[in-house]
Amino acid sequence: MNEKELFLAEGLSVGYGSPVLSDIFLSLSPGSVTVLAGPNGAGKSTLLRSVSKSQKLLSGKIMIDGSDIEKMSGAELSKKLSIMTTERVRPELMTVREIVSIGRYPYTGGFGVLSSDDDKKVNDAMELTGVLELSDNYFMRLSDGQKQRALLSRAICQEPEILILDEPTSYLDISGKIRIMSVIRRLANENGLCVIMALHELELAAAVSDTVISIGEGRIISKGSPQEIFSGEGMERLYHVTKEEGRILSGGLMEYAKGLKELIWQSL
Amino acid sequence: MSTEKNDTKKYVLLIILLSAGLFFSLFLCLSIGSAKLSFSEVLSILKGEHDDAALAGMSSIILDIRLPRVLGAALFGGALSLSGFLLQVFFQNPLAGPYVLGISSGAKLFVAMFMIVLLSNGSVMSAGMSVAAAFFGSLLSMGIVLLLSLRVKTMSILIICGVMIGYICSAITDLIVTFASDSDIVNLHNWSLGSFSGLSSENVLLSAVLILIAFVVVLFMSKPIFAFSLGETYAKSVGVNIKLLRVLLILFSSLLSAVVTAFAGPVSFVGIAVPHLARLFTKTMKPLVMIPVSFLLGAIVTLFCDTIARSAFSPTEVSVSSVTAVGLVPIVIFLLLRGKGARHE
Repeated sequence: MNEKELFLAEGLSVGYGSPVLSDIFLSLSPGSVTVLAGPNGAGKSTLLRSVSKSQKLLSGKIMIDGSDIEKMSGAELSKKLSIMTTERVRPELMTVREIVSIGRYPYTGGFGVLSSDDDKKVNDAMELTGVLELSDNYFMRLSDGQKQRALLSRAICQEPEILILDEPTSYLDISGKIRIMSVIRRLANENGLCVIMALHELELAAAVSDTVISIGEGRIISKGSPQEIFSGEGMERLYHVTKEEGRILSGGLMEYAKGLKELIWQSL
Repeated sequence: MSTEKNDTKKYVLLIILLSAGLFFSLFLCLSIGSAKLSFSEVLSILKGEHDDAALAGMSSIILDIRLPRVLGAALFGGALSLSGFLLQVFFQNPLAGPYVLGISSGAKLFVAMFMIVLLSNGSVMSAGMSVAAAFFGSLLSMGIVLLLSLRVKTMSILIICGVMIGYICSAITDLIVTFASDSDIVNLHNWSLGSFSGLSSENVLLSAVLILIAFVVVLFMSKPIFAFSLGETYAKSVGVNIKLLRVLLILFSSLLSAVVTAFAGPVSFVGIAVPHLARLFTKTMKPLVMIPVSFLLGAIVTLFCDTIARSAFSPTEVSVSSVTAVGLVPIVIFLLLRGKGARHE
């Protein structure tokens, strides 16, 4: 395994009490986009929570920049890694700007007052995802899709090296999905951000990712480029379909992904 | 960005206005009572410049009786409101408060117990000891509520549990009072209903120091409290020490309500209702705004409630909880109804 990787996970076993997934090895480098794919209940969210220290590991070790995250303080880790979960949040009377500004928490002083530099970063992050016009609205009044964009902005303006996203586009329409994916691709390409996300939309995964990791049956089933994972044989293994069905699914998926990829890379 | 600056100005102005309002209310409530005085008379007594013989008699009423009471009511109101705010942050629910969760009743029980034990041994309870007993009682009933909250995830059920705990504590307190000797009962009875009467300057001074310390510490917790409003996972991910924050929230909400209970008995509904009133004014959850505004508004509301309690049916005094209940329960009911409506949205 390459020791220079930004993020290394070795022999993870994750779950509540009994393991949902075991024998997990991950190695992620700066500027890469990795997608976790797999059926409902496969353990994608559990894995993402575990690698972001929101949930205790059952076993194994996670290293970021060569240091064990178990030994890092919350403050240290918060500058390396930020998250966006699928958890429903209900913050009363908080504006979009305030929600996003929580991402600056690791960088502000004792009372959390934003500097003009922080303000600018909050604005930039809102502009990226397209919620700047909504910045003074109460978060609770937004649509689900707008909430997702705001929460993604929050994760981005935390300026992490590793961005962990759980279903970041599930509520967005197709143009929203394309916009968010191109933001993610751009942050990876230009800022060297390392992104790992769970996605149900395989066509987006195929269009945006460098690596796809498919999980199921309590383990990693396969790991590789989208072309490999979403090939006919890949689909056959992943979703337990016949060879013919796999071929059809793969063909349609890759065709659609090709179009999406063009759109995503166009808007970079 | 410009709106952010305007907002800051608006908040500062609100806090200045409320401070001025509190100051004015203190004067007003000093002059109200069975012996009525004008503002200028109150002012000259406070300055100690009265040569009028008639005012000399009033001077001790104002300085020894009304002044500690008025200051105490304001301080305790602020403390209760702040305690409610902290509990609402802790439970991430607008219906939390020291009285409804049974925390005030726990404090009351322990103060009554210690009082009786000490009195039967012929000694008197010091102010510090009653605060300590109240604090212990608060933490104990808070502990029970927390244990229940591990299993009961629905806030309304948790609150019903809190109310039950409150009843049990009150029942035991009543039992203690029943078996106490006659001379002790008078004191205990008044106090256990909730009253700001008979506050000494020393008690007010001690409370002021404790409440001020708590206020400053809570103000320094603004930043993690703000991040906590997005839930535990996100707060933790930006580096908030969740365990420490939780412990501090419990300690300081208990301390604040314990100080009040030690000297004034349980006072209802200020803790749950005033933070909401504050929110109606501020339209924000920013702790740096909400902490001082809740405190100031709690002080003003409680001060007026106490003034009504002691002067509306003068010379008979009603318990301050009767007044706060009548005034504030409608607000709580409104919140319950609105909360239910919001869930259907």
